[in-house]
Amino acid sequence: MSDDVAPLLAATIRTAVPLGLAALGELLVERAGLINIGLEGAILAGAFGALVGASAAGVAAGFATSLAAGVLVAALFALCVIRLRTDQIITGTALTLLVMGATGTLYRTMFGSAGAALETPTSGVLAIPGLSALPVVGSALFAQPPVTYLAYLIAPALAWWLSRTHAGLALRAIGERPEAAAAAGIAVDRVRTLAILAGGALGGIAGGTLVLAQAGTFAEGMSAGRGFIAIAIVVLGRWTPWGVAGGALLFGAASALQYAFQAMGWRAPYQLFLVAPYLLTLAVLAGAVGRARAPDALGRPLEPR
Amino acid sequence: MSLASDTLSSHGLTRRLLLALAAGAALILVVAALLFAGGYPVGRAFAALWSGSVGTWYAFTSATLVRAIPLLLTGGAVAIAFRAGVFNIGAEGQLLAGAAGAAAVALAAPGQGVLAGFSILLALVAAAAAGGAWAGIAALLRLRFGVLEVISTIMLNFVALYAVSYLVRGPLQEPTHAYPQTVAIAEALRLPRLPGAGRLHVGIVIAVALIVAAGWVLRRTASGFRVRVVGDNPAAASSAGEIDVAATTARAFLVSGALAGLAGGVELLGVTFALYENISPGYGYTAIAVALLGGLDPWRVLPAALLFAALQAGAGAMQRDAGVPASLVSMIEALVILAVIVLQAVRHRPMPASAPGAARDMLAGPPA
Repeated sequence: MSDDVAPLLAATIRTAVPLGLAALGELLVERAGLINIGLEGAILAGAFGALVGASAAGVAAGFATSLAAGVLVAALFALCVIRLRTDQIITGTALTLLVMGATGTLYRTMFGSAGAALETPTSGVLAIPGLSALPVVGSALFAQPPVTYLAYLIAPALAWWLSRTHAGLALRAIGERPEAAAAAGIAVDRVRTLAILAGGALGGIAGGTLVLAQAGTFAEGMSAGRGFIAIAIVVLGRWTPWGVAGGALLFGAASALQYAFQAMGWRAPYQLFLVAPYLLTLAVLAGAVGRARAPDALGRPLEPR
Repeated sequence: MSLASDTLSSHGLTRRLLLALAAGAALILVVAALLFAGGYPVGRAFAALWSGSVGTWYAFTSATLVRAIPLLLTGGAVAIAFRAGVFNIGAEGQLLAGAAGAAAVALAAPGQGVLAGFSILLALVAAAAAGGAWAGIAALLRLRFGVLEVISTIMLNFVALYAVSYLVRGPLQEPTHAYPQTVAIAEALRLPRLPGAGRLHVGIVIAVALIVAAGWVLRRTASGFRVRVVGDNPAAASSAGEIDVAATTARAFLVSGALAGLAGGVELLGVTFALYENISPGYGYTAIAVALLGGLDPWRVLPAALLFAALQAGAGAMQRDAGVPASLVSMIEALVILAVIVLQAVRHRPMPASAPGAARDMLAGPPA
């Protein structure tokens, strides 16, 4: 039994980590009352940044450049949405399209048009002494690339930050009642900009994880909709960090089970597993599964400056 | 919403034509700059872009106009939804639903003799119905449960993709089970090609007619007026105009989905002849750029769709002949959208933050 569970668990974590990182970033943005559909672009930019950084100066540099690339995309989003008050949805869509085009073009321009798989150095596994020796779950959970532990830490840290700090309270206030927050002296635009940038950083690292801890290479469009999945996870997690962590694991498990059942020659359509989390997200949105309440300002146009 | 054109009359037509020309020139300069920065042969790339899109009759009809058909329909679909204040990001999913609906009917319907024409019509109706139903889920979720359609339509895009993936590996898969696709539909059920126009099929006539009609409805009829008012200011539409906001929103959403679904059906019956997962190279997403460039006005979506279709057709030639990555076109599309919304934002200078809340609310347009 444990022989089956451990690889399944490992596959779950593997899929969940980049999704969780990106979704926690989007959570910050949405708790500030914004939706950044450009997250998909930030992830893809992060993946490309990782390729550039890692092939020049190794894994650590790759993560740094992936973060920078994600922040860059987020900065463009903030510039348009916060500074110029352009529409969030359209801006996010355009930025995702821009990054798809730009990374594709740059990749082929910088690394040749053959599209030959370009190998990057990958992050080694850091086994945590003691924990990694636990039966069944040990190797799956605690013999992972360091970025996985980062993801483990960010969810509780964010939960604490959101609920226990003044800054977290300010962020939540903005997401619920931006006008009231502004009247209370909170620098709404500045906090929102910082949330967007932090979200972009996490999205970028998520992209870096795909390249540096998993694929070991870059492929055009390799974010493959993860930014949109992350947005689903934020809903599924009902806009809380712990919920988001659970949502990411759920999507991870669905994907892992899909492969497992395909490998077992199971006859039922494997798409069921892939589609189930989206259906669940829609159900959560509709209030069919518990009560989910989005931040009040979500989906509203920004108040004029 | 404020992205709509300032005026719907032909007033200022000269000025707008001049603006379009200036924008076109700017676009060419940006593309040239990008090509130059990438170290590509600018002249050769432009020559390929030209010959691959509009330079020859064959390229114009078989490459550009064939691509313009789904872009017209999905672009019109997005324009109508956005005008009604509905953020339908789901044109891609609705297109897939439409393609699946058309495939299901075309594979089952009689494909011989006089019945063939009837079957084609039935398949197209099925496509529109499937697309409308797919949008209807999001419309229901929004109106019944207050679910943001931005999120629900994105989710539904994925659901549609996996549903098609299931269909072409399950119930609709071709009999040898070797490929994830359906069999090709009967010859008699394919949309007839226009004489002397290469691969161009009658879908272009359907698309142009529908988009012209949609523009007419939106500009000249009472129901079009209601859609515009609801999109611009739902509160005022409800209180001052006594317009049923929910019903108007739902209708616009359904029409939008039906048009996008029809795009899938027309693409299946006119171009791909079989259903498979990658039946759309993202037409539903490009549609957003098309709709915005067209000022959310169906009539102006016509030239916008043509431009993007030409760019996409030319991009293929550019990659073949000048080694320029075709993904450059995505970049250009994105820059077009960003340019449109940034210019719009700069033109409508925001109110100073010191203005009293009520005054700002009144002047700021749609609240939610």
